[in-house]
Amino acid sequence: MYERHSIGGSFWRHAIILFLCAFSVFPALWVVSASFNATNNMSLQTLIPKNPTFSHYVELFTSDRYQFTRWMINSLKVTIITATLTVVLAALGAYAFSRFRFKGRRVGLLGLLLIQMFPQILAMVAIFLLVLSLGSIFPWAGLNTHTALIFVYLGGAMGFNTWLMKGYFDTIPRSLEESAKVDGATPFQAFIWIILPLARPILATIFVLSFISSYSELILAQILLRSGTQFTLPVGMALLVSDQWSQRWGMFAAGALISMLPFLIVFMLAQRSLVSGLTRGSVKE
Amino acid sequence: MAKVVLLGTLVGVSIYVCVFLLAKGMYIPAAMPLIGAGLISYIFLSEKRYPLRWLVPGLLFLTVMVVYPIGYTFVSSFTNVGTGHMLGKEQALDQLLDRSYAPENAITYSFLAFANPAGDIALVLEGEGERILYTQGTASAIAVDDPRLVDEDGDGRPERFSNYARLSIPQLVPRLSDLEAYRIEYDNKIIGLQDLNEFRTRTPLYVYDAEAETMTDQQTGVVYAAMEGIFTSADGVEIYPGYKVSVGIRNYLALIRNPQISGPFAMVFGWTFAFATLTVLLNFALGLSTAILLNDPFLRFRTLYRVLMIIPYALPAFIMILVWRGMLNQHFGIINKMLVSAAHMIDYAVNYVAVNVFHTTAVLFGDVTKIPWLSNGMLAKASLLLLNLWLGYPYMMLICLGALQSIPASLYEAARVDGASWWQQFWKITLPLLLMPLAPLLIGAFAFNFNNFTLIWLLTEGRPAIAGATTPAGQTDILISYTYRLAFEGARGNQLGLAAAVSVMIFVVIATISAINFRLTGALEELSKNV
Repeated sequence: MYERHSIGGSFWRHAIILFLCAFSVFPALWVVSASFNATNNMSLQTLIPKNPTFSHYVELFTSDRYQFTRWMINSLKVTIITATLTVVLAALGAYAFSRFRFKGRRVGLLGLLLIQMFPQILAMVAIFLLVLSLGSIFPWAGLNTHTALIFVYLGGAMGFNTWLMKGYFDTIPRSLEESAKVDGATPFQAFIWIILPLARPILATIFVLSFISSYSELILAQILLRSGTQFTLPVGMALLVSDQWSQRWGMFAAGALISMLPFLIVFMLAQRSLVSGLTRGSVKE
Repeated sequence: MAKVVLLGTLVGVSIYVCVFLLAKGMYIPAAMPLIGAGLISYIFLSEKRYPLRWLVPGLLFLTVMVVYPIGYTFVSSFTNVGTGHMLGKEQALDQLLDRSYAPENAITYSFLAFANPAGDIALVLEGEGERILYTQGTASAIAVDDPRLVDEDGDGRPERFSNYARLSIPQLVPRLSDLEAYRIEYDNKIIGLQDLNEFRTRTPLYVYDAEAETMTDQQTGVVYAAMEGIFTSADGVEIYPGYKVSVGIRNYLALIRNPQISGPFAMVFGWTFAFATLTVLLNFALGLSTAILLNDPFLRFRTLYRVLMIIPYALPAFIMILVWRGMLNQHFGIINKMLVSAAHMIDYAVNYVAVNVFHTTAVLFGDVTKIPWLSNGMLAKASLLLLNLWLGYPYMMLICLGALQSIPASLYEAARVDGASWWQQFWKITLPLLLMPLAPLLIGAFAFNFNNFTLIWLLTEGRPAIAGATTPAGQTDILISYTYRLAFEGARGNQLGLAAAVSVMIFVVIATISAINFRLTGALEELSKNV
C-alpha cells in the first residue's frame, strides 16, 4: 500500500500531520500558558506568557470562594477508596468464578455481562431516591456524603472487571495452589499468598481503570453531593467555570493543570502493567 | 467465632433497618434487609454454598446499587413521583393529619418564655385557671408559688425559672420558629402558638375518610378528594404534600402524544442519535486517515507525531472540555481571536494583490469577530462534534494502527500485481478487513457517546433552549442530559416519574444496540463457550 514518496508527496503528508499535531497539542499548551500568564483575563492571554507568574497557583490554593484544595482531597479520597475496594471485590469474585465449580456459575458470569451493558447512570433517579432514604436511616451514608458516593461507585465493581480478572486467574496454573493446599493452606490463604502476588499486573490494571473512571465521574457526584466542601473535582471545576470565569481564566487553568496530575501519574506509572495485564488476561493457558 | 460475631452484627443492623422502615410505614422495603441478611447468613453457614461466600461482597453492591435501582426506575416510570409527590401515601397522610388549627372556642393562654444559658426554652402558660409548665418536651401543672419561679420585682411576672431567664419580646422574636413548632399535649388538649402574646388549644385541621378517600377541612368545611396522588377540592385547590400513585403508561404517552412534551422530546431523541452516529463516523474517519498516514514506513518522525497526537487521549476529558469551553467563548475565546487574525491576513493579502478590494472575508463569510459557538443551536452542535473529534480521534487512531498491522502485506502485493489503484486497495482490502475486528469497538463507542453526559453538560449544558418547550429541553441536550434536567433541574419541580420513563427508553435503545452487537460478533456464544 505504501511507496517511497516524491518531495511533493512527502511535503503534503508532513503538512497534514503537523496540522493535526497542532490541533491535538494546542489546547493543552494554551491551558499551560494561561496558568502562567500574568493576566487572569481570557482575552488578554498570549501563548508565550509576557511576565510569567505563579500567582494563579497561589490564588487557587488560598481562595475562600472556590475550595480547590478540598475538591482535590475529596476526589483523591473517593477515587482511591473506590479503586482499592473495586480491586478487592472484583478479585474475590473472579477467584470464585475461576477456581470453583458451582451451580449458577455460568448464569452468574453471563448475567454480570448483561447487567454491565446498562450504564448505572440510567438509574440516576432511583439511585437518588435510594440514597435519600438510606440517609434517613444512616445519616453517614445519605445525600452529600462521600460514603454514599463510594457505595454507588462500588456497584460497578463486579462486571467487566470480574471478567477481565477471571481471564487472568485462569492463566495461573492451579498446581501452585494445590501444592499450597497439600501444605495445609486454606483456599483463602492460597488466594492471598499465591494468587494475588502473581496477579499484580491485572490488579494494577483494574485499579487504574477504576481510578480513571471514578476520577472523571460527573453525573452521580453532581446528583449526590450538595455542598461546596463535599464536591469532587469534576463538580467543583464545573462550578468554577460558571460565572464571569473569563475574568478568572488563569486561576481555572492552574486548577486544570493540577487536576490532571493524579490522572497522568497513575496513567504513566501503570502503563507497562496496564498493557501486559490487558494482553495476558485475554490469553488462555 | 469472628464469623458468628460478624453475622450477628449484620442481622442486628438489618433488624434495626427493618424496624425503622416499618415505623415509616414502608412495609415492602422493610422486608428487604431481613431477606438479605438471612440469605447472607445462610451462604456463610452452609458448607455447600462455600463458593458464593467469595461473591457476596461484590454482589451485594451490585444488587443494591445497580440491579435494584434499575428495577426501581422501571417501577417509577409508571408513577407520578416528583416534587409534591415524593412520599408514600401513609407518610403524606401522617403529615396532613398532624396539621391543626385553633377553633373559635379555643382556650387562650398567655405565656412567659424563659431560656437557660444553653438556649433551651421553658414556657409557663396561664389561662382559664390553669398554669402549665412546658420544658424538655413535656408539660406539667405548676403552682403559682412554685419555688423555682422567682419574681424579684413582685409584678406577678417571674423574671427567672430555676436557671432560666425570662425572654423579652425582642429576644423572643428570633426563637419564634422554635415556638411555632411546639405542640404541647396536656390534659387531652393540644396547645400551639397563636401569636406573640398567646397560645391556644388546637384541633386537627383535617379529618380523613378512608372509605371515600376524602380530607375534610374542619375550619372551612371544604372537602378535598384524592385525585391522582393529591387531595383536591371541587374548585381545584390542592393541598400538599401529595403522594406517589401509579399513573399507568401516562408518562410514556406524554412523551409521544402531548405536543408540548413530545415535540422537544423528539428533537432530543433525534439529536442523540445524530450526535452518537456522527461522532463515531467522524472520529473513525479521522482516526483511520491518520493511522494510514502514520503507518507509512517511509514517513519520518512517525513516533514523535504519534506521541503528539495521542495527547488528548491521555488527559482527563472533564478538564479539557472546560478548557475548550473557554477557547470557544464568543467574546473572549482564542478561537474567535484566531479567526479574526486569519481574516485580517486574508484581507491584507487580497488587498495587496487586487488593489482597492477590502473586507474580502467579511463579504464572503460574514462577521467572524463574534461567532456564537456555544449559543447558536447549529454552531453548538458543530462545536460538540468538533470537541468530541478532538477527544476521540486519538483512540480511533490507536485501534486502527493496531488493526492495520494485522492485515498481511501480501494482500496488497497481490492487488498491486493485478493493477489495483490505491483507492481500490483501500475500499476492497483495508476497510473490510479493519471493520471486522473493529465493529464491536465502534458500536461500543456509539453506546458510550449515546450517554456522554459529561461532554454535553460541561460544554453546553444542553443549551440553547428549545423555544416553547414546557419541559427543560435544549437544542444540544441528549437523552441522558434531558433525563437529568427533568429529574433535577425542572423549573416546575422535579419530574422524576417522567425522567424515569425517558431512562427506560434509553434502556430499550441500549438493549437493542447490544443485541445487534452480540448478533454481529457472536460474542455471547464465544464467551459462553469459554465460561
